[in-house]
Amino acid sequence: MTDLDRRRFLQVSITAAGGMMLSLHLPPVVANTNAGSAAGSVEVGAWLVIDPDNTVTIRVAQSEMGQGVLTSLAMIIAEELEVDWRQVRAEYADVNRHLRGGRVYGRMLTGGSSAVRHSMPYLRMAGAEARERLIKAAAESWNLAPDECYADYGRVVHRATNRSVAYGEIAAAAAQVSVAGVEIKSPRDFDLLGLPTPRLDVPSKVDGSAHYSMDVRLPGMVYAAVVHCPVIGGRLLSYRFNVVRNRPGVRQAVRLDHGVAVIADTWWQAHQAAEAMPVEWEVGDEEDFYSATEQRNFVAALDEPGIVVVNDGDAESVMDEAEKSIESDYSVPYLAHACMEPLNCTVVVHADHAEAWVGTQDPEAAVAAVAEVAGLDAAQVTLHNYLLGGGFGRRAHTDYVREATMIAQAYRGVPVQMIWSREEDSRSGRYRPMAAVRFKAGFDLGGKLIAYINHSVTHSIQQDSGGSGIVGGVDPFSIDGLTDMPYYVPNKRISHRIRNTHLTSWFWRSVGHSQNAFAMECFVDEMASAAGTDPVAFRRQYLAGRPKLREVLAELAEKARWGRAMPHGSAQGLALHESFGTICGQVAEVTVSEQGQLSVDRIVTVVDCGNLVNPMTARQQIESGIVFGLTAALYGKLTFEDGELVETNFDQYRMIKLRDMPELDTHFSLSRGDEWGGLGEPGTPPVAAAVCNALFKITKRRIRALPIADYYLRRA
Amino acid sequence: MIKLRVNGIDHELDIDPETPLLWVLRDTLNLTGTKYGCGIAQCGACTVHLNGQAVRSCKTTLGQAANFDVVTIEGLSEHRDHPVQQAWIEQDVPQCGYCQSGQIMAVVALLKQKSNPTDEDIDRYITNICRCGTYPQIRRAVHEAARKWRS
Repeated sequence: MTDLDRRRFLQVSITAAGGMMLSLHLPPVVANTNAGSAAGSVEVGAWLVIDPDNTVTIRVAQSEMGQGVLTSLAMIIAEELEVDWRQVRAEYADVNRHLRGGRVYGRMLTGGSSAVRHSMPYLRMAGAEARERLIKAAAESWNLAPDECYADYGRVVHRATNRSVAYGEIAAAAAQVSVAGVEIKSPRDFDLLGLPTPRLDVPSKVDGSAHYSMDVRLPGMVYAAVVHCPVIGGRLLSYRFNVVRNRPGVRQAVRLDHGVAVIADTWWQAHQAAEAMPVEWEVGDEEDFYSATEQRNFVAALDEPGIVVVNDGDAESVMDEAEKSIESDYSVPYLAHACMEPLNCTVVVHADHAEAWVGTQDPEAAVAAVAEVAGLDAAQVTLHNYLLGGGFGRRAHTDYVREATMIAQAYRGVPVQMIWSREEDSRSGRYRPMAAVRFKAGFDLGGKLIAYINHSVTHSIQQDSGGSGIVGGVDPFSIDGLTDMPYYVPNKRISHRIRNTHLTSWFWRSVGHSQNAFAMECFVDEMASAAGTDPVAFRRQYLAGRPKLREVLAELAEKARWGRAMPHGSAQGLALHESFGTICGQVAEVTVSEQGQLSVDRIVTVVDCGNLVNPMTARQQIESGIVFGLTAALYGKLTFEDGELVETNFDQYRMIKLRDMPELDTHFSLSRGDEWGGLGEPGTPPVAAAVCNALFKITKRRIRALPIADYYLRRA
Repeated sequence: MIKLRVNGIDHELDIDPETPLLWVLRDTLNLTGTKYGCGIAQCGACTVHLNGQAVRSCKTTLGQAANFDVVTIEGLSEHRDHPVQQAWIEQDVPQCGYCQSGQIMAVVALLKQKSNPTDEDIDRYITNICRCGTYPQIRRAVHEAARKWRS
């Protein structure tokens, strides 16, 4: 088969016949031991196991939270391994082995849209090494030199005679040989990477058999529900367990720093008892916390100086002398992740050992958290990772793992499944930071942009996490997308100031980009307007030194038919942003009805992430990011009144549903090279700005604070 | 003792009849395919069928369900070959997958009522939340499932 033929064959066999299913080794309900235990299964390196029937099980060190890593990372190894994809399965790499074996799986954190970007080189090498070992083992069995043989489609072939052997037959020998100087394939020779490939985990997700950590069922397991202080940061004074202790199934209450847990035979019994139990809290000044006031305080704090991060030319003096200048302040509220699966974790603590079952984005940190709380060494902790019912950054924190361990610590020897109710999940903090961003732009007589001043005030995630990640007084995550703004201005000054409240912040899909792209790209439209230029023409002009961004912009304008006549009450708005190694441009087409009703009709997206591993999941990830960003833009806001969160459930914290969905028209414009940009997050940042820029054309009013739902919209 | 028929199997349960069906399914019967998302009938992750009608099991008590035939995602088909499940696989719908049992159960109930739903029908009847935003795939899969089911 020529490469092209094989590529076509793969494409057909993968995309045809929906009935073809690739079964996934799911983490079993109880034990999570890696494969290799089946008779005759052989591990060829830490990353893969080959069965006698030629089934290849590939280990994936990142967590599956919907982004498709179980498929895409397996594809990378399978590409180098030269294996028939239909024989590939995927399973999680074992964090316990990872820790015992000197971090054999590189890095197990899932976040920062980094799964493919970060692990591409070593996954390719892992697949290539296994391939070369199989070739060497086969060659040795035939008394040939390895370079007389090659690997093809799950077999080692002797070039001269076409004699061949299946991987399953020589895996045991391959496990015993070592190879050096292994070379990875040239991207030109890729068969699998770049083909639209159905996800391996899909079949298990249509019949209820996929297991999330909330589905863990262990012999003798009990359940715990928690009530936290309704004012975040408040402390538990007392509780009266006597009032609920005689309820059916109720076993014990456990005192926590900021809450109290009730353990019972079923979660519903535990939850009902926890809700009914009288509790006294000690709340401090946070009782006076109003988020609406605080957001105004963030904007007011823009008047206070910050730390200068970028200082090109002389922005202040040039601004003073500018023929025309504009200034705008933007702000955003705190947001919750609202993963569909409320946070939960199952733990059993024994005297010299603890075991945890959890869906986590950071298994290493989760092991450390269990060990610390249980007073054990990491080596005494066994952790089983599960499919994640949403992550978006939230499950990279270990607060819920800690709390579950505290509860299990107080109920030793019995597995305890702690589930936070939706309300407690919402109240648990770790929010997308509140932020305010100020821009000034100065233009000369000809309307040319000559000075740019940007200052921001943001709740720092790094400060909440102990401060070690703060660099020169600035949290790098807070200024993502601001300091690296791509538009050329000779005189540019960018500064930042940290402002933290008693709330706790955390990474939320696209992190600093989520708020900064909104502010930045809305202000770019304001600058274009001040310069009397079309938004696309303005961006093109000032992106002179950024050919890839210009390319995406040009393609986007073409795909969206930018500037075409729109019906009365409808308009197009554009935004362009680079994050996580990927450029994403979007045109939103929106309508405001006579009655002021907003509908987002269509979003045209053009993405340049260099190359694609799996075009199918790539598109899904970009569109998923769009829905996430659009939800935040339209409705996203956490309100605190008297220190208490108002939006604790989906009746208040509104989510986009099918009926709210715009048509999504997503295109990839790939610049190739050896770039593999992230995809989990880059779809999110530009959406809010694209929609708000379109709304300006209809209403002639700028939206400078999110969400859009807070505005009364009227056609101008 | 409350009698409950789930996926064709009869159970006798000594449980408070006010207990939400969701937790009976998950914690007592170990049918964990039905998911807890909100507890207030907003998200639909807990959708099951009572006599073929889609209900949110988090706000349906055991007592209310007792006289009905309960079907959960586990009871939808023997070999994940219900037309809706097949369409879900073909359209590669699930991402994190957590809401998908509920989505599928809601869609099956819709297609029983309307064998050829319009986009407006889908918008009106499928109000389940998907935080991953699989809505475009869901819409395509509903139309695909309707085609399969009719043929």
